Amino acid sequence: MAPQRRRLLAAGLAAAAGILSGARVLAQEKVIRVTARKFEFSPSDIELKKGEPVVLEFTTIDVLMGFSLPDYKLRTDIVPGEVARLRFTPDRTGSFEFVCDNFCGEFHEEMSGKIRVTA
Amino acid sequence: MNEPIDRREFLKLAGLGGVVFASGLAGCASLGGAKRDDFYFVQLSDTHWGFKGPALNPDADGTLQKAVAAVNALSFEPDFIVFTGDLTHTTDDPKERRRRLAEFRDIVGALKNRNVRFMPGEHDASLDNGQAWKELFGPSYYSFDHKGVHFVAIDNVSDASARVGEAQLEWLKADLAKQAKDAPIVVFTHRPLFDLMPQWDWATRDGAQAIDLLMPYRNVTVFYGHIHQEHHHTTGHIAHHSAKSLIFPLIAPGSQPKRAPVPWDPAQPYKGLGFRGIESAPGKAGYEITEFPVAKA
Repeated sequence: MAPQRRRLLAAGLAAAAGILSGARVLAQEKVIRVTARKFEFSPSDIELKKGEPVVLEFTTIDVLMGFSLPDYKLRTDIVPGEVARLRFTPDRTGSFEFVCDNFCGEFHEEMSGKIRVTA
Repeated sequence: MNEPIDRREFLKLAGLGGVVFASGLAGCASLGGAKRDDFYFVQLSDTHWGFKGPALNPDADGTLQKAVAAVNALSFEPDFIVFTGDLTHTTDDPKERRRRLAEFRDIVGALKNRNVRFMPGEHDASLDNGQAWKELFGPSYYSFDHKGVHFVAIDNVSDASARVGEAQLEWLKADLAKQAKDAPIVVFTHRPLFDLMPQWDWATRDGAQAIDLLMPYRNVTVFYGHIHQEHHHTTGHIAHHSAKSLIFPLIAPGSQPKRAPVPWDPAQPYKGLGFRGIESAPGKAGYEITEFPVAKA
C-alpha cells in the first residue's frame, strides 16, 4: 500500500473511532484537561452534555498511566511528557466509571473516576 | 490415592469444604475419545504477602501460614498445588519486591506436597515486567501435562497494560496446535480472560484473542484469581472459575459503582477467604470444585 493511502486509511479509522490522538483541537471544541498522578485523576468527576462534542486531554505527572471508559469503549495510554487526546460525543445519559488500566502501583485499584452525562 | 467417590463423599461428610461446585460443560457430559485419569489439585490465589491493612485483615502476617497448614492437613494428598498470582503485594522498591517474593517462597516451602506451580499477578510482576518474579520462580508462562490433561499457564500481568501480548499468543497457538480438538485442557491465569468488569480493571485487554485460540478445543476450563472471590462464568463452551483470595475479599462484580474490599468481620474472622480443591473424574467433562476455608471458624 502506498504511504499516502496508508496514512489516509489510518486517519479515517481514527476518525471513525472518534479518537483524536496527538492532533490539534479545533477552536470551538470543548476541552477538558485531566491530569493523572499516582493514584488519582484530576478532575475525577467530569460532567458532560449529551450530544455535545468534547475533547478529553490527558497528561501524567509521573509514570505511564491509562484512561479507560469501558461503557464508551474509549481508552488511551497517558505517556509521561506527552499529551493524549480523546474526542467523542456522549450519546447516552448516565454515570460512567473510568479507570486507570495500566498498573501503576500499590493503590492502582483506587485510581478511577466517573463521567456524568446529562441531557 | 483413594477412589474419587470416596474422596468426594469424605469431603462432604467431613464438612471440610464449602459449596461443592460441579463445573460441567453444557450438553457435553463426557470426553468422548479423550482419556483422562482421576486426579486432584489445589488452587490458592491472591495471597498478597506484604500487605498491611488491619481493617481488612489484622492477620495479614499469618493468613498464608494458616492456608499452608490447612492444605497440609487435607486428608487427601493433592497431585499438585497451583498459586494463580498476586503472591505478594506490590511495592515500588525492587529490593522489597524481591524480599517479599523470597519470603513467600520460604513460607510455602512448608507445603508437604513438593509439586507446586506458580504464576505471577500484577502485584508481583507489572512494575518490572516480571523481572523479579522470573528470577525467583522461572518462566511466567508455560505448559505441562498431567494424567491426560494439558495444563497451560498464561501470563496476563507482566505487561502492565494487562495484555497477553503477541509473542505469548503465538506461543499459545503453537502449544495448542499439538493437542487434539477433544483433548482436556486446563488454563491457569491471573486476570479474567473475558471482560468480567473492565470498569474495575477486571479484564485482559487482549484476552479475547486467547479465548479465540482456545475456542476450537472442546474441553477447556479456566481457573484464575484477581477478583478475590469465587465466580463462575462461561464464554461459549469454556468455563471460567475464579478463586477466593487469602488476604481480603472484594465485593461482587457490579454490586456497586466502585470496586471495594470487604472489611474484616471480627465476629467471623477469615470469612470470604479460602482455597479450593479441584477434582477430575475419569470420563467426565468438567471438574468438581470444593471450597475450603483458610481456618476453621
